Amino acid sequence: MASTILQLNQVSKNYNLGNTVIPILKNISFTINTGDTGSIVGPSGSGKTTLLGLCAGLDQSSEGTIILNGIKLNGLTEDQLAQVRNEHVGFVFQNFQLLPTLTALENVMVPMELRGMRNRKDKAITLLDRVGLSTRADHYPSQLSGGEQQRVSLARAFANSPKILFADEPTGNLDAETSKIVEEMLFELNRESGTTLVVVTHDMELAAKTQRIIPIKGGTIA
Amino acid sequence: MNWRWIFLMAWRDSRKNRSRLLLFISSIVFGIAALVAMKSFNENLKRDIDTQAALLIGADLDLRSTRKPDSSTLAFIDSIKNLSEQMAIEERFMSMIRFPKADGSRLVQVRALTGDFPFYGNLETLPNDAYKRFGQEPEVLVEKTLLIQYDAEVGDSVQLGTNNFTISGELIAQPGQTAMRGAMAPTVFVPLAHLENSGLQQTGSRIEYHYYFKFPSQFRTDDFVEKQKERFTQLQLRSATVSTTKENTGRSFSDMAHFMELVGFVALLLGCIGVSSAVHIYIREKLVSVAILRCLGTRSSQAFFIFLVQFAAIGLIGGILGATLGTLIQYAIPIVMQDIIPVALSNRISLNAITEGIGLGLVISILFALLPLISVRHISPLHSLRVSDEPQSLWTDNLRWWIYVLILTFIIVFTRLQLNGWAQTLFFIVGLGFTFALLYGVAKGFTYLIRRYFPKKWPYLWRQGLSNLYRPNNQTIVLLISIGLGTALIATLFFVQDMLLQRVKIASAENQANMVLFDIQPPQRDTIKNMTREAGLPIVEDVPIVTMQLAAINGKRANDYLSDSTSNISARSFRGEIRATYRDSLTLSEKIVEGHWTGRVSKGEMGQVSLEKSYAERIGVEIGDSLLFNVQGVEIPAIVSNFREVDWNRFQSNFRVVFAEGIIDNAPKFYLIMTHVDDETQSATFQQAIVNRFPNVSVIDINTAIDILESLLERIAFVIQFIGSFSILTGLVVLIASVRISKYQRLKENVLLRTLGASRRQVFTITASEYLMLGILASITGIVIALIASNLLGIFIFETTFVPSIGFILVLTALVSVLTVGIGVTNSLSVLNRSPLETLRKE
Repeated sequence: MASTILQLNQVSKNYNLGNTVIPILKNISFTINTGDTGSIVGPSGSGKTTLLGLCAGLDQSSEGTIILNGIKLNGLTEDQLAQVRNEHVGFVFQNFQLLPTLTALENVMVPMELRGMRNRKDKAITLLDRVGLSTRADHYPSQLSGGEQQRVSLARAFANSPKILFADEPTGNLDAETSKIVEEMLFELNRESGTTLVVVTHDMELAAKTQRIIPIKGGTIA
Repeated sequence: MNWRWIFLMAWRDSRKNRSRLLLFISSIVFGIAALVAMKSFNENLKRDIDTQAALLIGADLDLRSTRKPDSSTLAFIDSIKNLSEQMAIEERFMSMIRFPKADGSRLVQVRALTGDFPFYGNLETLPNDAYKRFGQEPEVLVEKTLLIQYDAEVGDSVQLGTNNFTISGELIAQPGQTAMRGAMAPTVFVPLAHLENSGLQQTGSRIEYHYYFKFPSQFRTDDFVEKQKERFTQLQLRSATVSTTKENTGRSFSDMAHFMELVGFVALLLGCIGVSSAVHIYIREKLVSVAILRCLGTRSSQAFFIFLVQFAAIGLIGGILGATLGTLIQYAIPIVMQDIIPVALSNRISLNAITEGIGLGLVISILFALLPLISVRHISPLHSLRVSDEPQSLWTDNLRWWIYVLILTFIIVFTRLQLNGWAQTLFFIVGLGFTFALLYGVAKGFTYLIRRYFPKKWPYLWRQGLSNLYRPNNQTIVLLISIGLGTALIATLFFVQDMLLQRVKIASAENQANMVLFDIQPPQRDTIKNMTREAGLPIVEDVPIVTMQLAAINGKRANDYLSDSTSNISARSFRGEIRATYRDSLTLSEKIVEGHWTGRVSKGEMGQVSLEKSYAERIGVEIGDSLLFNVQGVEIPAIVSNFREVDWNRFQSNFRVVFAEGIIDNAPKFYLIMTHVDDETQSATFQQAIVNRFPNVSVIDINTAIDILESLLERIAFVIQFIGSFSILTGLVVLIASVRISKYQRLKENVLLRTLGASRRQVFTITASEYLMLGILASITGIVIALIASNLLGIFIFETTFVPSIGFILVLTALVSVLTVGIGVTNSLSVLNRSPLETLRKE
């Protein structure tokens, strides 16, 4: 029987704007099994990105519990959450979010350096090779195209062999052709490494490629 | 903590920001350079004084008195002579020297010597052996400047008093004499034995008697002086040894150098405030990078240290560059300062100053970068997804209070190390705090007024430029403070210099006395007055002067006070010669503040004396106390009838001790006459006539003194302004840094404006108008501060009305504004010149 890697139980998230409490997410509950692919879909402002942030340990929920790979995220300190992210989570962002002052190779190496992994340079080169960018290893993000940047971002996301990968609109900033390449690469890498993949998107075509779709509307599961 | 990785990341992060980091470095370089230059100068000066102190005094012990030695003093000096290996005597006074060949004369300092003085060091003369032969014949050694002025040469004849002397050599250098002092009154060496019957050593002549001793090498001079302290006081002798000379010479100049170090420190603080503000914007730009790092698992402390390490490195590099620049600058200081410093200045590299400069750069950069940096610890990884809904204030950390405390402690400790006591330190800190608060207040007020009374009818481009001054992330306040403080420093210095000169120049104004004739013997008085009138000159003052010593206060003499430690009156009160006058009324510069003025006493009545208030306080007497004066051997009692407040700033004769008429009228005296000459020719002709007829009478032309004072002030002001200009430089670097740092923000705005159809010229006008406003506001802010400071100085220190020079204010405002526009626009050129797309791609 497949084990659960992500479990959300009655999770709510509110933001305070002055004295007013604005609810963003209300009573969200779902589970995702290890190795599965899933997508969170919904219109703009529905709370998808906030939900992704909570699942990935980037933020704390206002109510409810989140368990990631057996670790209860509620109540963990920022530094404990950072350790969880480094050891268990990978990220792919809509606008790539490479560190502009680091080369492609260094960007890929950062998660491994943080974990103190050995042979990180070799592994980073292998990953860059895997995404077809080994010749651009010494280039800075500003010297790469959008598609290339997202491919580096993919390499970085898989660098620390994460248990779960969160992708926030991974093709949102790319043209159709490049989007297709990146999508294929994302799913291929995911399959190869056996990582769980959670994609946030409003692109139903992309969502359809995942095993499970979680629709969000107005802060609740529709 | 994985420090290796942190250093690696700091290095990687810095690679793409080198030019901006270099600007942060430049902000502190000038402050450190000023500090290191002044500290090196101070250290070298101390060492020079230490090594040259014996040369300055020329002997192991110099005993001096302004009183002609009596038999007991001579006996005491004889007893010291028996202990010494060598002894020399000098009579030093001011007198006129006349060059018959040129038919010119001027005031000189006469040093009449007997004995083989100086025992240490040499008088440099031309010919070389002139001083060796000196003393046998009626010959003089004359300073080179005098020879040039009167076109005289060795072998020519000069007249001192009624005696004629031959110039046996020109003085090239003499220990302890500064060029500036030489300009005021050049020195003439003359053999004491040949001065007799010259008419210069008459009663009332102001002569300083010096007795120089050279002791055997094992003799402990300072211990001896300590033991003889009481005897010196009794005989009214003052002493100087090599160690006291070291101390006294060193003190005044080192105070000045310490003050200059503080001026440098202010420039450094300015730079640091600039760095702090720039780091604030820099960190805002790094928000997403930090958030990404946090997403990838970086701990908040790791992210914080990645940036702290960068700023520590900036401090270190800034310190090294500043120390190098400061070391180079100190080589230039002797060029300006040598003329006013009595020792030969050296310029050795000071490791202490360099270490301090580098250390300061490191510590102060970390301290000031910490303020904005602590916010890095709170950057949420959520920023990588989108901007957090929670307001991310960079200033909500309680740790910042501790950093404020650390910064304040550091400033206090550093200032205390430069100054002599806590009171001065407190004064400096409060003054600095007040200045910054005032600058902040004025700057804040200006920005408020711009918003409140925004000129809505101005053309759009100018309105856009003006509104840039208060847009989010603006650096208006920081720039107004940094450029404003630099302007304030320069303007205050100019105003003070101007005030000092104006005050002296008033003396040369019409109807005010500008020439003093002194050492006039009673039989000469009427003739001189007639000569003055015949020359068409007014007699502004004609005052009798009687020299005397204080012998007893309330019946107790100096000796009694020596043994009485409970009394307010110290034995020192009896030291020194008093120059008193007598008259029946007050002058315009005097006012009675206590007691009643008595203008005349009848024969047989008790004498009445009026004392200047601060003098009375210094010697510890009160109204009604009885004083006993020794008027050249005759003891005259008097009761203190009143205290006067005297305006010493007026150019007229003022006295600490004024007797009522009828007490000392018959005592031996000399006269002082003051007059007003209209021009140089009249001055020269009149001086010549007086000196030709009465060689013992000395004449001072105030206009000549003003010229010399002006040149002295200019030199001192140059150094202060030079160091002060580092604040302006720092302000400008902060401006460059701020323009560069906010480049990205400006870029976005300009690209938007260009995209919407604004021409390059229009964007240029917006940018230029913004910097023009900034420059004008900064200079006005600085000038407002300078006006307040100068006014306060005028009222409380110089006791004069401060009238600012409007021309200077306009020139300075224009200069600072043009400089600000120039630098602002030049640094924005990359944004202005390129196409929007090209710029965006490049960035």
